[in-house]
Amino acid sequence: MKVSMTINGRLVNGDVEPRTLLVHFIREELALTGTHIGCETSYCGACTIHVDGAATKSCTMLAVQAEGANITTIEGMAKGDDLHPVQEGFWERHGLQCGYCTPGMIMSGAALIAENPTPTEDEIRHGIEGNLCRCTGYHNIVKSIEYAAAKMRGETPPPADWEEVSA
Amino acid sequence: MTATMSQVGGIVRRKEDPALIQGRGVYVDDIKLNGELTVAFVRSPFARARIISIDTSAALAIPGVRAVYTIDDVRSLGPLLAQIPIGKLRPLLADGVVNHVGEAVAMVVAEDRYQAEDGAEAVVVEYDQLPASVGLKFSATDEVKIHDDLDSNILHTWVSHDWWPGVFELEDHRPAIAAAKERDDVVIVSQEMVNQRLIPVAIEPRAVLADWSHGYDRVTLYTSSQIPHAVAGAIAKTFGLPVNGVHVIAPEVGGGFGCKLNVYPDEVLVCFASHKLEAPVRWTETRREAGYSTIQGRGWIGTATITGTRDGEILGYELDALADMGAYSQNFTVAIPVLGLYVASGQYNIPLAWSVKCVATNTQTTDAYRGAGRPEAAYYLERAIDMFATEIGMHPGDVRKKNFFKKEDFPATVPIGLTMDSGDYVTNLDKLLESSDYAGLKAMQEQARSEGRYVGVGLSTYVEVCGFGPSILAEFGFGWDGYGLPSSFSGSGLVRINPDGSATVFIGTGPSGQGHETTWAQIVSDRLGIAMEMIRVAHGDTTDSPMGIGTFGSRSAAVDGAATYEAAEKVRSKASELVAHMLEASAEDVRFADGGAHIVGTPGHKVTWAEIAEVAYKPHKGPEGMEAGLEAHAVFSPGNATWPFGSHIAVVEVDVETGNVDILRYLAMDDCGNVISPMIVDGQIHGGIAQGIGQALFEEAVYDENGNLLSGSLVDYPLPTASDLPMFELDRTVTPTDVNPLGVKGIGEAGTIGSAQTLVNAVVDALAPLGVKHIDMPLRPKKVWQAIQDAQEA
Repeated sequence: MKVSMTINGRLVNGDVEPRTLLVHFIREELALTGTHIGCETSYCGACTIHVDGAATKSCTMLAVQAEGANITTIEGMAKGDDLHPVQEGFWERHGLQCGYCTPGMIMSGAALIAENPTPTEDEIRHGIEGNLCRCTGYHNIVKSIEYAAAKMRGETPPPADWEEVSA
Repeated sequence: MTATMSQVGGIVRRKEDPALIQGRGVYVDDIKLNGELTVAFVRSPFARARIISIDTSAALAIPGVRAVYTIDDVRSLGPLLAQIPIGKLRPLLADGVVNHVGEAVAMVVAEDRYQAEDGAEAVVVEYDQLPASVGLKFSATDEVKIHDDLDSNILHTWVSHDWWPGVFELEDHRPAIAAAKERDDVVIVSQEMVNQRLIPVAIEPRAVLADWSHGYDRVTLYTSSQIPHAVAGAIAKTFGLPVNGVHVIAPEVGGGFGCKLNVYPDEVLVCFASHKLEAPVRWTETRREAGYSTIQGRGWIGTATITGTRDGEILGYELDALADMGAYSQNFTVAIPVLGLYVASGQYNIPLAWSVKCVATNTQTTDAYRGAGRPEAAYYLERAIDMFATEIGMHPGDVRKKNFFKKEDFPATVPIGLTMDSGDYVTNLDKLLESSDYAGLKAMQEQARSEGRYVGVGLSTYVEVCGFGPSILAEFGFGWDGYGLPSSFSGSGLVRINPDGSATVFIGTGPSGQGHETTWAQIVSDRLGIAMEMIRVAHGDTTDSPMGIGTFGSRSAAVDGAATYEAAEKVRSKASELVAHMLEASAEDVRFADGGAHIVGTPGHKVTWAEIAEVAYKPHKGPEGMEAGLEAHAVFSPGNATWPFGSHIAVVEVDVETGNVDILRYLAMDDCGNVISPMIVDGQIHGGIAQGIGQALFEEAVYDENGNLLSGSLVDYPLPTASDLPMFELDRTVTPTDVNPLGVKGIGEAGTIGSAQTLVNAVVDALAPLGVKHIDMPLRPKKVWQAIQDAQEA
């Protein structure tokens, strides 16, 4: 079946089997391998992307269901050399270790802040419940998203743990 | 470009991150080769059955299916290699019988994933189902003996006073403990406890891709592995190649936690198929498949007993346990309990009698999962100590302190014959008791109780053993001899100053998120004054990295990091001669900093690393007779293991109506000696604690009596989510080791070793007024609620 959509600002066309999952279309046809696969039950969230602005697990959609959609993947978050504030937050606050869940976490974190620019710790934790991380215990992921939310509000991010220690 | 000058102990953003946060990191499944084929496995629906026939004809008729292989095709290559050949080694594909659900029976290779799956569906296997042996206690009876060619399901028994006959002559503490039990003035606490089976669940499933280059007599294997050099050794030994005929590449590895510390049948089989079919061959595990194709961890049931006096002196600690090995022995399987044995008596100077039976069951193989034996040991010991403290009405911290090895006791030899390097346990625990305001927490608990709320405060201390040495211990089975790669516990590092003055550091570890590129660059930057941005750290490729045994057992910084430090020192020594020549000064007066070198006392008298490199690579500009170039390799062989330790406190509230456990606070005071990167070290502790809490509250690999894995998907195997965990309150004490020049101990597993029992101690403390004395993990609401009901009825 023919399918066309906008991904990271670029119009793409494909010819796919009807059963092709959106995540496979993105990874295999478009070679955008930053969107990861960690399970087949939509629990891990490693495949999270934005579909028309909403955080969506791309393993739960068929490619043909994305016909006409405006999609952003992790590769579309930075503008040239300028990282998205959530990407910057993950780097500044050590929000990743192995990096496998990270693209999905960043997409969920960005969608969360877009919806709620002043999330509390609790709201962040609930907002990323659908994304599993096995490395960080989420501590620094929460800190990363807090950092990004502050930056996006034009505020100074809260100090890092290590800044608090040295203060 | 910015120039970040790193001192060891400083905070720097990770070098790894820019690629990973932009989705540009390359994992095995992201690599595509021309003409590659894909594998699907036919898996057994039975835990134990005889295979009567395998009919592959229908599968072979499917368009796109290129081959179907069974054990008859690969028997000559097997069985799968292991370090300690106790138990039944795993055939590469089921050989006449299957011994666990999901065991691979046949391998279908096709042009795409869908054809491969269709092919696997079309293979017809006829089975004669046999009774299965599942459950530790049942299997230990030998009522159903699993392997015809083994005498018993009990594969081996590890006992503390005789674990390595002929090497350690040890005192048998059993008579002394038995005598103590006869005394009138002793208290004996004893409890059977389950330390349940776990599934490691690295978020990146395992993936392999082999490309056999016939003309080059060489196979390239991309694999998501913690041990690239060991995989190369095992593949070479299996196929009769020299090890330089196997090129293993472990690119980004999406978490390991021990489950990527094995050489698996699929790694061998894709190489075999690539050779046969003259095409690259790939297999990527699905999450559900991982329950059958990747090792699991823990799975113990045991009775811990403490005999002690009413004033808290422990006269004996005993553990009598069964440990689940699964059906086949793989890399370290039967040796995992030995790692627990090493820390069986914990931080305590107490008599020990430990016996762990390794039991085969008709389930997936177990092996190293984060902590590997040490979390089990710490769990039994620290739960028992807590019960003892409760029984005699003593502060749990005071009981521990009374029995600790004291600072002046180090180096301290433990009952199983190993010697702990350094420790200051009392200071560490006191610091946590003070910073947590333990007394205040207990007062808060009293207040909550008066309001009808069930708040608990749990304490545990732990000691870990990691970064193994001395070399002789490798002979026990922890070297890679079984993989055809004789090694000790050495690590290596190579530091090369390139002609432009940048540095490339080659290391033999296999990181899976630990931040080695950053930490190793910090070590080199610190020694040589080269900016972090000018240092590249190369790893995970057996062609361009020096021999290293990989990343596991919290060993990388303490061993390979130390080697890299020594390599940097060699470079520094030679560069000092070069700078002395360039600046007409004495080599002793050369200092390296800020991207170059200067002469002490005259900071303006300086050269850059680019200038030093130019002289190094142009011998006519350098000192007479000096060899051109500027690089050094060092191998570090630790003379002992390192023994990190720490103290953890959890504060929980239990909803007695639902059994739900809420973690109010989690505090940890860890001591891993000197710290190279505090940010990375804390991150390791966070993740370690999360996995310990995962075991304490949520995770369990559940098998039914027929050996079906009931918790093979993430739906049935709940990992901790962000909402389940609190912010972790970390602090540290610093007791350096003299085992390595950096003074560092390991930190990868410490959080896990300290945490599970801390949580259980807290929950039991919360429910003490209701008469609850113990609940087996995982403390899911239903189980906690039931324990409350049972205690009320009792």
